[in-house]
This record gives sequence, structure tokens and C-alpha cells, in this order.
Amino acid sequence: MAAGAPDGASSKSDIYAGNGPRLMLPVWVFIGLFLLLPVALMGVYSFLTKEFRGGVIWDFTLTAYDQFFLDRGLFGDDPAKIEWTYIGIFWRSIWQAGMATIMCLLIGFPTAWFIATRDAKTRSIWLFLITIPYWVNLLIRTVSMKFLIRDTGPLNEFLMWSGVINEPLGLINTNFAVQLGLFYSYLPFMVLPIYAAVERYDFSLSEAAADLYANVWTILRLVILPVVKPGIIAGCILVFVPSLGAFLAPDLLGGAKTFMIGSLIEEQFKGNAGNWPFGAAASMILLSIVMAVLLIYARSQTKGDK
Amino acid sequence: MASKKYLLKAPKNDLRRLPGFTTVTLLCLFILYAPLMVVAIYSFNASTSITNWGGWSLAWYGDVFFGPEAAKFQQAAINSLIIAVCAAFAATIIATAAAVAMNRTGAFRGKTSGFMLINLPLMVPEVVTAVASLVFFSTIGFTTGLGTILLAHIVFCIPFAYLPISARMQSVPDLYEQAAMDLYATPLEAFKLVLLPIMMPGLMSGFLLAFIISLDDFLITNFVKGAGIETLPTAVFGSVKQGIKPNIMAISTLMLGVSVVFVSLSWLIGRAGQSQQETK
Repeated sequence: MAAGAPDGASSKSDIYAGNGPRLMLPVWVFIGLFLLLPVALMGVYSFLTKEFRGGVIWDFTLTAYDQFFLDRGLFGDDPAKIEWTYIGIFWRSIWQAGMATIMCLLIGFPTAWFIATRDAKTRSIWLFLITIPYWVNLLIRTVSMKFLIRDTGPLNEFLMWSGVINEPLGLINTNFAVQLGLFYSYLPFMVLPIYAAVERYDFSLSEAAADLYANVWTILRLVILPVVKPGIIAGCILVFVPSLGAFLAPDLLGGAKTFMIGSLIEEQFKGNAGNWPFGAAASMILLSIVMAVLLIYARSQTKGDK
Repeated sequence: MASKKYLLKAPKNDLRRLPGFTTVTLLCLFILYAPLMVVAIYSFNASTSITNWGGWSLAWYGDVFFGPEAAKFQQAAINSLIIAVCAAFAATIIATAAAVAMNRTGAFRGKTSGFMLINLPLMVPEVVTAVASLVFFSTIGFTTGLGTILLAHIVFCIPFAYLPISARMQSVPDLYEQAAMDLYATPLEAFKLVLLPIMMPGLMSGFLLAFIISLDDFLITNFVKGAGIETLPTAVFGSVKQGIKPNIMAISTLMLGVSVVFVSLSWLIGRAGQSQQETK
């Protein structure tokens, strides 16, 4: 997640000492003014009153969060019950992102392991092959996946022609199609950190363990896992976090039954619902979940260092 | 690698050669490439149906450039290119300044928070950034259009430009700049005449990375673009919503080609930079 060294401390040079704040000014202007401030403003919007056909009225209220969590009946005067619709959408998103992460891990781990154990020359070619699809436009990749797995698409045509199945698999618009799309979108994010961890691993360690009569499982568990675990965790976070708020895969590959957070939020700003404060509140809740995941991760990292 | 010598011994139960891992890797590559290959092949389909194969033809590429929707997609492509070039250029300059601050100015107040700020666009989910940008631009009364798209793109391109630039700056010791300053170069001259030329491969990879990331973006652009302005991804998305048409497959294949060329380019530049450094 973090670019470069944790705080740039690894590089001791102070050859341009005194210019630090000045050189950081553009970052403060652009990211501070056009991202940090907007996110704070979005937080304020989540407490405002909705204007019909989009926009807000500057009256502070808790309506958006109330609508998200509580069901007060059609006229708003029934005793408040928990509203499961939106919690359900968030839960489904977490489930879908989790399944996509597991799929990435199942395919990505052996792939990363395989690549990291090739010799140096072929390794870079394998890595290159894995990363190319990532640089292809995400929309194009998702559309390609839709084209491939739709009921009259090449996959079903081929399987029916070869006699494996008699009718289309009916993959499109299912939970599995969305998971497949997320898996396809973020697979390289799983492979690269695991690759980096395995590449650092010194295989003479497992040979030493084998010489001391450890069996394969013991070696995997006690010698290899501690070294590779940070890569696995980093990979899981890099896949899970963007999957959680993804829009294209659920929108193009899923149907009404696979509605996820990204679509829920998008609908508040584009579709007929047009409830900006509610969209802002849903965004704040999503942001809180993501920040919690990243915080737990950062905590575990600093603990691991000690 | 101390383990290299042991390779000759090839013990039983060698963990480097786990059974089935080769198969999974090939399967992984198959999954990654199959959808793209299928679309690339079908873009040469002569049939007007996307399902039936009617022989090889370039008809849909002709349709992309001269068909009824040609003007729309061309304008979208031009918008995408203008935004990507400008955003990547601005992001590269901002990221270079930040990389110098992080790697060459010692400790200063606000260094840690500045570093967190650089990485903020990577941590905030894309849809949240999109909502926040829309809310912000509408509050301060910016008319949505190319300008708002560009501002939003510069922001999320900064960390991607920073990544390779800072990595390269870390790997270059400041000896050369020290030598220049010993010979009475001002800090600005040392930076411009010594560090910058050494940094060129890093700057190029940073620019290319930011360029591709900008071209790739759909979600944020879709929120801040305003009515009537399209970039290539939003135009393609609008078209796909009404069903996949053969001309979309031709556009997809063209975009696929452009991506592959750019990645290969940045890979070659990166490699050239590495070997240049090794010879030093």
C-alpha cells in the first residue's frame, strides 16, 4: 500500500536540507486541497438534508445514517427496527471481496511460488507476463470477461460444441461471475507481494530443516510460513480493499441480486434515487471499514517488527 | 543467493519444485489472457453478430474510424489523451519534488504526514474519491468538465509517479551531487545538472505509469466529467451498457495494443536504467 520506504528514513541524505517543506508544497496543495478537504467535506455532506434531483440543503440532520441503519416504517413513525437492506449490501460486498481474495490466493500463491523459484532470467519474463494484463484498461478486461462468459459467448459455445454441457452454464449475473471479475481485476496484486516474499526466502534454510529430520509440513509451517506470511497478508489486503468498493465488475458481470457498495453509492449520484447525503454516508461507512482494515494491518506490521 | 550452490545437489522433496504449481501457473496465465485473446480474435469477425463467426475482416476497425460513431469515439480518445498527458506530466513534477524532499533533505517538520498524504490516494477507495471530488467541485462551484477531470487525475496519479521515482532516487547515492557542490555548484545546479540526468529512467517510468493509470480510470472520471464530455472509458462504458457491439471489441483491441506497447516500453526503460546503474 505504501510507496517506497515507510518514512523515507532509509535514505540519510540531507544534501538539499532546509528545502523539504517547500518541495512538499505541491503535494499539500494537490492532495490536501483536492482529496483530503473533499473527503472531509463529504463527511459534512453525510449530515445534511437531501435536495430532490441531487444536491443538498445546508440543514444538519442525522437522516442519512438513520435511513442506512434503521427502519421506521413507510411513514417514519413506527418504532425503529434495524434496516437490513443496506447492511445486507455491505455484508454481501464483504463476502464477495472475501471470496475473490480467496480465489486470488488459491491461484496466486502457487503462481508466485513457481515464478520466484525460477532462475533470474526466466523469472523476469514470467513476471512480465503476469503484469501485462494489469496494465490493460480495467473496463476493457471486465467487458472481455463479460463477452467470454455470457450465455451465448465463446465459453458456453465451446463447451456445448464439445459436448461437455447441453445448455449454457448461466454464469453471467451470478455472485460467481462478480467474484470471477474481481479475481480477474486484482490477481496481480496478490502475486507480486507473495513473489517478493518468496524471492527473499533462502531455500538452504528448508534444506537445513530437512537435514534435521523435519518433514515437509513442519518446514512449511515453521520455516517458510513466517517468512512468506507478510507477503500473503499484503496481497490479501491489496485484493480485498479495492474489491470491496469495486464498481465495474458487479455492474457489468452481476445483476440485481449481486448489488454491491460501489453500485449503491453510484446510484445516489447518478441514478433516479439521487440522495447525496445518503451516498455520502454510505461512502463514509465504506471509508471507515477500509481504514479499519488498513489500521489493523499497520498495527500488525509494527508489532511484527519488534 | 547462498542457496544457489545447493541447487546442484537437488535433494528429494525439493520445495522449489512443488507438484502441481506449474499447472496452476499455466492456468493462471490462461485465465488472464483468454478473455483478452477471445475479444481480440472476435474483433476481426466479418459478421454483424457478436456470437456467430463470419470469417476474418477488418470491417469493425473501419467502423471505428469511419463509422457513424467514429466522431464520438475520436473526440473521447482525444480527451483521454490530453488528460493523460497533462495529468502524468503534472504528477511527475509534483512527485519528483516530493521524492527529493523525502530522500534528500534530511528530517523536517511534516515529513511523516507528507508521506502519508502522498499515499492517501492509494488508501481511499476509488468510489469514495469519486464522491468526494464531485461534492467538492459542486460546493465550490467549479463547472464540471475537462478541468475537473484533470485535477482529479493529477491527484490519483501522484503516488503512482512517486513510486518508481522515489525508488530510483533511493538507489542513487548523493556522491555525485556532493562532488558537484564541492566544485561550487549551487544546490539547484547540482539537482538540475547532476541528479536529474541520472534520474531520467525513473522519471520516464513514473510518467508512463501515471499516464496508463490516468487512461485506465473510469469511476472517478464518470463522477466529475459533467454532461456531454466523454473520455474513452466512459464512452465505451456508455456503449457497453446497451450491449456489447462489434465496434467495441475493435476499440478494446486497439486499447489493448496501446497498453501492451506502453508496458513494454516502460519495462525496457526500467531495464536500461538498471543496466546503466550496474555499469556505474
